[in-house]
Amino acid sequence: MKLALRENIDRTAKWVFRATGIVVIAILAGIFFMLMWNTIAFFLKIKPLDFITGTQWNPSGGQARYGILPLLVSTCLVTLGAMAIAIPLGIGTAAFLSEYAGKRLKNILKPLIEMLAAVPSVAIGFLGIVVLGPGIAGLTQQANGLNALNGAILLAVMSLPTIITVAEDALQGIPGTYKEASYGVGATKWQTLIRVTIPAAAPGILAAVMLGVGRAIGETMTVLMATGNAAAFPKGFFHSVRTITATIAIEMGEVPYETTHYYALFAIAAVLFLVTLIINMIGEYFVNKYRKYHSA
Amino acid sequence: MMKKLTPVIEWGTLLLSTGTVCFFMVVILWDIISKGAPSLSWQFVSTLPKAGMTQGGILPAITGTVLLTLITALVAAPFGICCAVYLNEYASDNWFTRLIRAAIRNLTGVPSIIYGLFGLALFVQALHLGTSLLAAGFTLGLLSLPYMITTTEEALRRIPASTREAALAIGATQLESIRDVVLPSALPGILTGVVLTLSRAAGETAPILFTGVAFYINNPAGFLNQEFMALPYHLYMLSTQHQAIEQVRPLAYGTALVLIIVVFLLNLTAFYVRYKYSRHE
Repeated sequence: MKLALRENIDRTAKWVFRATGIVVIAILAGIFFMLMWNTIAFFLKIKPLDFITGTQWNPSGGQARYGILPLLVSTCLVTLGAMAIAIPLGIGTAAFLSEYAGKRLKNILKPLIEMLAAVPSVAIGFLGIVVLGPGIAGLTQQANGLNALNGAILLAVMSLPTIITVAEDALQGIPGTYKEASYGVGATKWQTLIRVTIPAAAPGILAAVMLGVGRAIGETMTVLMATGNAAAFPKGFFHSVRTITATIAIEMGEVPYETTHYYALFAIAAVLFLVTLIINMIGEYFVNKYRKYHSA
Repeated sequence: MMKKLTPVIEWGTLLLSTGTVCFFMVVILWDIISKGAPSLSWQFVSTLPKAGMTQGGILPAITGTVLLTLITALVAAPFGICCAVYLNEYASDNWFTRLIRAAIRNLTGVPSIIYGLFGLALFVQALHLGTSLLAAGFTLGLLSLPYMITTTEEALRRIPASTREAALAIGATQLESIRDVVLPSALPGILTGVVLTLSRAAGETAPILFTGVAFYINNPAGFLNQEFMALPYHLYMLSTQHQAIEQVRPLAYGTALVLIIVVFLLNLTAFYVRYKYSRHE
């Protein structure tokens, strides 16, 4: 092949590769504009204030109500519950793996945690119905255990692998000199972990928590199956709740195209999108801060 | 006395949290395997559902998931690998590159149900694909793209610069160096990433809810422009929407077990490729 031809092919290829980068940007822009477009269409029919402050979500009633508050509070409730369980467990496990576990134990535990990450969300939701639900029902004397607590425990299980992996990386990244200095002034292993290693790894651990929160908020199938999906305003952990993701999953299949209800589902999806975007950005900020801090 | 006990309590706290995490995993595996195994038989994986899903097998759900995963791979792998090649081999550190990277990171965090809405608006409605295997496969392809790019780029980054320089020094153009030298040596790493990404896609339910999955299709072959059955959706329907939930529970357990086996087999394949590759080095 002539050199000129080869160089032409080479130049064309570069543009083809660059075009795939543009595709990636276009997908994110496409998702953003799809959500915005439909949300604007929704706000032309329903006042934004009614949407944000409304305490009732009842699109199919005689007088349709599109208040996002019950869904948003449900999502926050389940996510908070999940984090209350997953953060201590996750950090504890990460600390055990990074500071105490020997190499052989680590070689068993790490694949086990990776396996947990690989279990599909629908399988976890199924176990929420058949194992955890009856368990909670037995403890609380309720008819079934499909409530916010059930969803929170399942989401904790699902976000644990993320939290453990990222937090362990953060702990491993702390230079050995920090710990040696701490041992040198007479601190025990535990005191070093609590007062030196974990504070030094705090940005990385915060990033781990943020990624876990992002995963929990956006999760659909587990909460759809395990939380009972009552559309009323959430009353607490032992009551049925219905998150933003579950509402979209339940109602999108049945709503007619381009009705107010259809647009409303895109509007709550836009809220979900913004919330996860902000949380992931905070997480990323801490990851970068951590990286700068330790490369300096 | 207290002094001796303190380290035990401290150590015990960490051990307890690790133990709890392992306990979750054991419960998940034990419950699904022990209760799913009795339903598992050749007939279960090779026949159509019968009598309103209360009897028979899950063949269409298995073939549906396999075909869906194949389409996902055909969409996400070429785009993902090309984009990773661009980022790692061509891109300099400028605003365009940073924009692509920011887009990838944000796409990774987008909830899967929003991909479902996007697939519905773009493929089902705007492009008139209808609720079909193709529309659902494309949607899952988009969802998998950011993971595909990240894992491929990691594999490319492990190839030393000297390998590329050697190819360029004997007169190869950059494309030839990438095609004949860089990609072949990064292939095991890329394959690992592709398989792991697909194992995640195979278990996804939310993105296919409105883009083409159906509860019952009486035909295992599957056509690109028609609705299809999938294992995760089948499990969801059997465990929440069926009119005789208690009666079909064994079938639900069987479906869950088959789904987990599919996902773990893909993970094992990735694990094996990575292991074999790391031994060669």
